[in-house]
Amino acid sequence: MTTSETAIPLVPPELGPGPRRAGWAPGWLRRHNLQLWIGAVMIGLMVLAGAFAPLVAQHSPTTPDAMHTLLGPSGSHPFGTDNLGRDIFARVVYGARSDLTIAVVAVIAPFLIGLVFGIVSGYFGGWIDTIMMRLADIVTAFPFFILVIALVFVLGNGAWSIFVAITCVSWVAYARLVRGEAMVLRNKEFVAACQAGGISTWRILLRHFAPNVATQAIVYAMSDIVMNVGVIVTLSYFGLGIVPPTPDWGSMMADGQQFLAGGYYGMTLFPAGAVIWTSLALSFVGDGLAHALRIER
Amino acid sequence: MSDDPLLRCSDVVVTFRQKQARTVLQAVTSASLDVGRGQIVGLVGESGSGKSTLARAVVGLQPIDSGSITFEGRTFGARRNRADRRGIQMVFQDPYGSLDPRMTIRGTLEEMLRRHTELRGKALDARCCELMEMVRLPASLLTSRPAGMSGGQRQRVAIARALSIKPRLLVADEPVAALDVSVQAGIVNLLSDLRDEVGLSILFISHDLSIVRTLCDRVSVIYRGKIVEERSCAELFEDPHDDYTKELLAAIPRLRGPRTEGLRDGSSLAF
Repeated sequence: MTTSETAIPLVPPELGPGPRRAGWAPGWLRRHNLQLWIGAVMIGLMVLAGAFAPLVAQHSPTTPDAMHTLLGPSGSHPFGTDNLGRDIFARVVYGARSDLTIAVVAVIAPFLIGLVFGIVSGYFGGWIDTIMMRLADIVTAFPFFILVIALVFVLGNGAWSIFVAITCVSWVAYARLVRGEAMVLRNKEFVAACQAGGISTWRILLRHFAPNVATQAIVYAMSDIVMNVGVIVTLSYFGLGIVPPTPDWGSMMADGQQFLAGGYYGMTLFPAGAVIWTSLALSFVGDGLAHALRIER
Repeated sequence: MSDDPLLRCSDVVVTFRQKQARTVLQAVTSASLDVGRGQIVGLVGESGSGKSTLARAVVGLQPIDSGSITFEGRTFGARRNRADRRGIQMVFQDPYGSLDPRMTIRGTLEEMLRRHTELRGKALDARCCELMEMVRLPASLLTSRPAGMSGGQRQRVAIARALSIKPRLLVADEPVAALDVSVQAGIVNLLSDLRDEVGLSILFISHDLSIVRTLCDRVSVIYRGKIVEERSCAELFEDPHDDYTKELLAAIPRLRGPRTEGLRDGSSLAF
């Protein structure tokens, strides 16, 4: 046998960057994590437009103009005007402000609640876990939308009640996700090493559990923002969400619906496009982040 | 006082309650074990014989049902304080699970040092470098995370973490079982050197009898949760008393098959 003495590689092959995770995006998008960048640029454009809405839009989103109703796209009205003569482009841009703000804010609170809940439940297990998970079951027992709509109904219209309603319902998903991760982590030997080393439970949870379980929750949060956009738009579509003079994609679509038969597509199409654009962007970011944050053991 | 061993386990019993079956599983049934100062004591037994459970009980990760664990003349209660924990540290079997993947090596070492010592700032840095040197790793690895490191390197870091707070006893639960043979030798030599350098006592758990034979001073054989034989290493391998020990020793593979004899005759392996 003439096999030469094989050197032991410093980094065993099984620890190198493994096969990329399967996703729905085509291969060229996943290379170099292009999806993360494309998603970031897409959502960045939307956020910038919303943030600098007064500069981006030349018209007021709320001032009616009876002389120019239901116009098609033109130079001065890029997306045309609605039935009251308001500039659709301005309304889409200002709509990004209200819709995106609530969507993002309504992710942070459930994320934090779910993280704490899941870590505590997964680490301690036993009767603590049982009680906490039964609490989560109670929330899950109701269909998501029914519960949100019921809560908004009780709390009244407006951004604040949408935020509270979404928080009350969607923390459960984070809690379950994090609990699962925490239960796996609990049996890792580095946790035993910390316990044997006299490291306090508080510190183990904060410094070892939180960073290790957060990855999955962060990735999920991206898709949750998409979900929130959907919820906010849907609520507004049903007249339950953001109060009318404030521009919002959902109410815009609802208003435009009755003019579709007359061939005026702009009122519905452009806010719908904004929703699709945002959702796509956030999905890209979520998938890209999942890849970027993936860490070898 | 000096006659007392460093660690004495007397009639330790550990049971696990099984949820469904409503029966009680005795993982360790009355185990007694001594580890003297500066000694390396091997604990051998087959899978499921209770050796890991006994190890976890010694470190305080597993509550014991009866019996006592006495360390440096002090019998441990149900809860151990920081000073108790400082005396005994542990190295685990799986090098891939024993380090936090999100923490740098420096972070891992500093966490223990901050908890147990007054070292801060420059002195803390210096101690980290000293520990890396102790386990024969380059100090440049301090800034890296476990992801890029080999099993042997990780196990050395785990040893450094255990030694960071200067324990008198190191419990090593199958520390080389998951490693390549060439890497195993390095870790075994390191443990042996550390005993000589810092006077560390080691409770070395293994099912690999050849390693136990080279490393350990005394050996305890555990079978179904009971220590069946406890002798000096040389004696035990020469003249085993207990039937189970004989069986265990007979199970060591020997290179005395027909193939070797054939080679000795000068003929080559046919292929």
